[in-house]
Amino acid sequence: MTPRQLDCGYVPLVDSAPLIIARALNFDKEEGIRLNLLRQPSWSALRDLLALGHLDCAQMLSPLPIAMSLGLGGIPCRIDALMVLSVNGNTIGVSNALADAMRGNGWDSGFQTPFETGRHLLAAAEAPLRVGVPFPFSMHAELLHIWLERSGLTTPPQIITIPPPRMAEAVANDQIDAFCVGEPWGSQAVEAGVSELILPGRAIWQFAPEKVLAVRHRWIEEEPMTVAALMRTIFHACRWLDKQDNRTLASEILMRSEYLDLSDSVIDRALMGRILPRPGSIGEDVPGFLHFARSGATFPWRSQAAWIAHRLAPRHGLNRETAIAAAKACFRADLYRANLASLGVDMPGASEKLEGSMIHRTAVASVKGDMILGPDAFFDGSIFDPTVVG
Amino acid sequence: MLHNLTIAVVESDRDRAREIIEGLTEGGWTNVKVIGDTVGLARKLGEIDPDLVLIDLANPDRDLLENLSAASGATQRPVAMFVDRSDDEMTRSALAAGLSAYVVDGLRKERIKPVLETAIARFQMVSQMRTELEAAKRALAERKTIDRAKGVLMRAKSLNEDEAYGLLRKTAMDQGRKVIDVAEALVTASDLLL
Repeated sequence: MTPRQLDCGYVPLVDSAPLIIARALNFDKEEGIRLNLLRQPSWSALRDLLALGHLDCAQMLSPLPIAMSLGLGGIPCRIDALMVLSVNGNTIGVSNALADAMRGNGWDSGFQTPFETGRHLLAAAEAPLRVGVPFPFSMHAELLHIWLERSGLTTPPQIITIPPPRMAEAVANDQIDAFCVGEPWGSQAVEAGVSELILPGRAIWQFAPEKVLAVRHRWIEEEPMTVAALMRTIFHACRWLDKQDNRTLASEILMRSEYLDLSDSVIDRALMGRILPRPGSIGEDVPGFLHFARSGATFPWRSQAAWIAHRLAPRHGLNRETAIAAAKACFRADLYRANLASLGVDMPGASEKLEGSMIHRTAVASVKGDMILGPDAFFDGSIFDPTVVG
Repeated sequence: MLHNLTIAVVESDRDRAREIIEGLTEGGWTNVKVIGDTVGLARKLGEIDPDLVLIDLANPDRDLLENLSAASGATQRPVAMFVDRSDDEMTRSALAAGLSAYVVDGLRKERIKPVLETAIARFQMVSQMRTELEAAKRALAERKTIDRAKGVLMRAKSLNEDEAYGLLRKTAMDQGRKVIDVAEALVTASDLLL
């Protein structure tokens, strides 16, 4: 039987790996589907093509399906997140001049010290701080907002959208002072000699859902069996990617011209969790820099969706309570349970958790007994309870 | 005044921009401005104060426009055209032509439609020209590689040109690959060895 062809959109990034690996290693064929991977030039193009039915599924920034379902930015359309494709994986960088100014202020160049680094950044930068992010509705923007707010920033930052491959150029042209971007583009800016990385995204939130597998809500109803096959495919790819032994091969596949078309040395950094903050510096090991399956990474926690809506709603003049309810409905924990249980995947007992409550790896009740989750702490120790709105 | 519209075209390629302007001018829209460099896009749009912004769907700078439309409190709020999905036929042909459009300040639909029809036609023409140009370039590059591979075989195995090409073709067929792929492999290998 010929496999059902699925048009699948992605934006070339290290964390497109689950889709690329699913296709390259034929995890899709085993489930009777074939992914036609269609590289997209921008998140808005990807969003429009998915909403209008030109794509069947797509990699998406985790806040994007929520924004679309809330009618924010572009095409209002009910888009659901079937599962999380990747957790963490971003870096924050500043221009060389700003890094020097921070050192002039006594910054010790520490890479995983969010409080210290934040304090020195705010002391050294001129207001308003101009920060580049890939898209207005992105985890990058959310991480920056909470980090800067809670580091004591008083003048709101100027958040500027810059396509990831142009981030280095934007720093060089003095369009932005700082950026938050997915790998390999942070490392690429270091390689270009224009900036220094000062913080991994994970130092702000240890378990931030970064990309999700997105489909139209209606498509789920129309093709439930295809949706199940797609979810199983991606789950297998994520599990394969989470094995450290497989990451060298993953890096080689990703670097190919039809996918990322970049040298494997910059791709390796994110996959190996060893980031070079400055050109020629010794790498910094960042545990959990990017994961695909471990600690229940693929599970679409409704509390993660709630956190995103909780952050988005006030900035866009929406009622928090209704926004959170709509967001929770977007993250399809119900389908995850229904479609992946047959693979023997362990499921957490609940579909919501107190975001930020796990400082260490923690055993929690699950369907099979217990599973290890976390850590998922926020840098300031705050805890988000998805059931309490306010 | 149907044609009294200010249109901004975001396009860095001068030839393409000229084609699009020509098309719109012929259609009667004379107030068309090009933004070639997207540095400071918000400011440039503010200066032009357009009713309509046209941008290639394949242009990565589209996300910059998206940023402007998401910014709350902005006086100029470009809104993606596809928000209004009442005309599916138009949306489909715009997407097929690779055109995305942003409407500023609730422009009425009957005023947008003719502009878009003209722009769609022009975008189609330009993308076809681009595709043809790329195909021609690729064909030329492939022919050069195949010529080099033939040369390698002619020298190494004392074959004439036809025999060399015949060997390339046979190898490609036996291995289920394209002639150009075999030729590329051969050229790379010989570059390494010599």
